[in-house]
Amino acid sequence: MTLTIVLLGAAALIGIGLYGALSQQSFVMLMMGLELMLNGALLAVIGFWSLSLGGMPEGQLLAIIVMAVMAVEMAIGFALVVAIYRKRQADMTESIGTLKG
Amino acid sequence: MTDLWVALLALFAVWTGWRVFRVDSMVRASFSLMLSFIAVGAIGVLLSAPYIGVATVFMMAVEMMVMAIFMVMFMMNPAGLNPMVMVHQHRLSIGAGVVAALSLGAAVLFSRPPDDAVRAEADVVAELGHELLGPSMLIFETAGVTLLATMVGAVILSSRQGRFGAADEGSRPPGLSDGGAPAGRQPEGGGGHHHHHHHGGHG
Repeated sequence: MTLTIVLLGAAALIGIGLYGALSQQSFVMLMMGLELMLNGALLAVIGFWSLSLGGMPEGQLLAIIVMAVMAVEMAIGFALVVAIYRKRQADMTESIGTLKG
Repeated sequence: MTDLWVALLALFAVWTGWRVFRVDSMVRASFSLMLSFIAVGAIGVLLSAPYIGVATVFMMAVEMMVMAIFMVMFMMNPAGLNPMVMVHQHRLSIGAGVVAALSLGAAVLFSRPPDDAVRAEADVVAELGHELLGPSMLIFETAGVTLLATMVGAVILSSRQGRFGAADEGSRPPGLSDGGAPAGRQPEGGGGHHHHHHHGGHG
């Protein structure tokens, strides 16, 4: 029961995050969508570890890896935003259509 | 009782997550995302993962502060003084989000994961420590090296010094002949010599 609640919450978070990542024009908001998806993944990992894996320590390790991925995504994402703003004065996805086919 | 709290916190996490894309102020959006993370951390504490839960709260609080600073730096409407919608391909995105949430939800409802909760007497933090510095040490160390590479990459990407001189002037390779036109294909819109200031206005 608890696991179902947790996983449904995680599914909703991933759905909202996907919506944000696809729909937002601003780079920073787009990254918030990605973060929200990772948040859902973290919630699902915690739920599975706690209620379905009998407390295998590897489950907690996976949660830590998810957190590390969040940190990497934020740092590299912001660095890319800074780099692209410096080069093109761009802060929206529409402004960098050069690679568009 | 735990069920009720977990359900409330999950609902709160989803609601604040939804608010992220519905508020006009970017700072409010990032604090909303922080509340969502805090709710997930609290669920972790309730579900006998105290270390992961508390670490999530600490890490995300700091991360969202950084996020808020970037919001103020890069957004045209950081304080939310005007209503604002900045979206593209909106219908497709809503569809993709709904399909993802519904299909994942259906997978949750129609699957039967094993019912094997953490033992009440287990010392999960000590187990995590022994795992991190024992069998999974290589994975843990790899995460550390990845974070180091991230730091290097972030510094290089955001550095003022580009590959061929100052990054402000664009990464233009030197000419093939002395003082000639830059080698290679010219990027659309030229380099950074004529800046287009189109900050603000789209909202």
